[in-house]
Amino acid sequence: MNRYLVIFLGAVATVTFAFVVLIGLPEVQLAGVPAPAGLAPYTASQAEGRALYTSLGCYYCHSQQVRTPSFGSDSARGWGRASEPEDYVYDRPHLLGTMRTGPDLMNIGVRQPSRDWHYLHLYQPRAVAPFSVMPSFRFLFVLKDQAEMGDEIVTTPPGLVPAGKVVVAGPKARALVDYLLALKRDYDPHAVAGGAP
Amino acid sequence: MTTVPLLYEDSPPPQVAAGERIEADRSTRRPVLLFFHSAVVWLLVGSALGLVASLKFQFPDWLAGQALWTFGRVRTAHLNAVAYGWASMALVGVAVWMIPRLVRAPLHRPAAAMAAAVGWNLFLVLGIGAVLAGWTDGLEWLEIPFPIDAIVAVAGGLMAYSVLMTVARRRTKHFYVSVWYALAAMVWFPIIFVTANLPVWGGVGQAAVNWWYGHNALGLWITALSLATAYYLIPKVLGRPIRSYWLSLVGFWALAFFYSMNGIHHLIGGPVPTWLITVSITASVMMVIPVAATAVNFHTTMLGRFGTLRHSPTLAFVVAGAMIYTAVSLQGSAEALRTVNRVTHFTHFTVGHAHLGVYGFASMILFGAFYFIVPRLVNWEWPKPALIRWHFWLALSGIAVYFVSLTLGGWLEGARMLDAAVPFGDVVTATKPYLVARSVGGALMLAAHLVFAYHYWLMVRRRGPERAEPAWSEARAAA
Repeated sequence: MNRYLVIFLGAVATVTFAFVVLIGLPEVQLAGVPAPAGLAPYTASQAEGRALYTSLGCYYCHSQQVRTPSFGSDSARGWGRASEPEDYVYDRPHLLGTMRTGPDLMNIGVRQPSRDWHYLHLYQPRAVAPFSVMPSFRFLFVLKDQAEMGDEIVTTPPGLVPAGKVVVAGPKARALVDYLLALKRDYDPHAVAGGAP
Repeated sequence: MTTVPLLYEDSPPPQVAAGERIEADRSTRRPVLLFFHSAVVWLLVGSALGLVASLKFQFPDWLAGQALWTFGRVRTAHLNAVAYGWASMALVGVAVWMIPRLVRAPLHRPAAAMAAAVGWNLFLVLGIGAVLAGWTDGLEWLEIPFPIDAIVAVAGGLMAYSVLMTVARRRTKHFYVSVWYALAAMVWFPIIFVTANLPVWGGVGQAAVNWWYGHNALGLWITALSLATAYYLIPKVLGRPIRSYWLSLVGFWALAFFYSMNGIHHLIGGPVPTWLITVSITASVMMVIPVAATAVNFHTTMLGRFGTLRHSPTLAFVVAGAMIYTAVSLQGSAEALRTVNRVTHFTHFTVGHAHLGVYGFASMILFGAFYFIVPRLVNWEWPKPALIRWHFWLALSGIAVYFVSLTLGGWLEGARMLDAAVPFGDVVTATKPYLVARSVGGALMLAAHLVFAYHYWLMVRRRGPERAEPAWSEARAAA
């Protein structure tokens, strides 16, 4: 066997071995993780909001994974119980995240159930959290002279929008907030519908 | 000048070797220049996008009117432009230039390599455009959508064909260590890229795939090709063989085995099986072996010759990069330990580490490679040696400011985050001065790149004063 083949086959062998250990074995171990009874699949609107969350890159600054109390202050901060693989059965792509430039959002729907708060926070984060470095997502909203039938009006503090104008949540903002409010992992992750845990 | 039998026991006589090098360089000139031109453009685009993303922490309402310019998209465009545009295209250019010289055979089918460069650019333009427009696969390092990925798979295939066939037609019996790294990288990258992009993954398993890929894109692609470059340039410029063949062998195989299993340290504390995380932590710590082997090899080859740094821009950049490689790798091993990771995970500390690797290590080595290779491609000396000094010091001070500020700021951020008594707002507020410093570091790097790009442009247009001697050689004459 010549050196060319040694390098070629050696390269293939090492990366394949790593694949088997790091991906193959966990896939086998996690195969058939059951959906918890307390977790519903995303509705159409929530799924649309999730796609928007992904495309705007929210997950670069917000994680969706709560660590165990032995490994950080996550639960003490009120971010919820430690996350389990079962919590992610409907997630494609996964949005676990690697940064907490902003807080973890695994349970933002539990912590902050107000639609109005979310609308204002997305429209101008610094109106509700003065220290915030989050971008404003005002392009998801419409500035109108007068609200129309069926519009969701955003309650804004004085001075944020010009006098005589109202801020209305566009369809994308509504979907995004539908998704954020669905982030509630407060059920028992091991309780499976109709079966023993 | 004495000719040192540099790399092989089966080296040809010097006159034959010189002729073969000319033949090799002639075969690679056009594709390598195309890769290099593209890389320089992507460097400017990528670093400008990076600075915009960084400034958004100081001015969060700046450019907030459109989804296109929101932080999550600009940041992603930055990463893809610098990782797949600048670093990858420059590294492939260097490999294409280096391999024919090292195997003593002209590049096989240069047109295939040219087509690969065109395809690679098409992939980047469409892919980064897609990300900015909101079409993404939603996975860090793998954002560019699946159908567009197919373009780079074809381009990579053409590239690999040209390189692997060149090696198959080699006139050497022996492979120099740079060839091992470059060949292995060209085998590894297609495997990890295609595997990770298969649309079959989901849930937490997908997170494992994501980080297996993400870390291997650094370890088995960018690092492998950067080490190949340093292994070529250090002995070449010094005219002195690498210290130990045996150590380079240990370094290569230990890197292949351990680096490929590092990825899951990005999920420490996360909802994946604990044994899996432990495997990756172990592999991350074991990286000390290849890193130490490579460090001893590089640094003892340099020993007693540090004076050369003053009259070789190539060596100044490459040695800085090689030293930073040692530092960033040891930092990475430490960062994978649970006790350290508990603090640094989810903070800007990680961002500082990533930039020290891709910039301080890989990009510095690449800059050094440009200063060595481009004169041999365009038959012209760098016209303004002073600009190389500006480039060097701006780049080095830029990454220093960037790294120190995010390392300190990230550590403070993590320590405060662990204390549930500190409100989250106070954690954010505490990081702000460090993020200002990060923008300063980024601006210095962008300035370095503008100097470099201007000089590169002069060079390829053969503008500026014609110089008979290589840049900085007056320092040698004075000595």
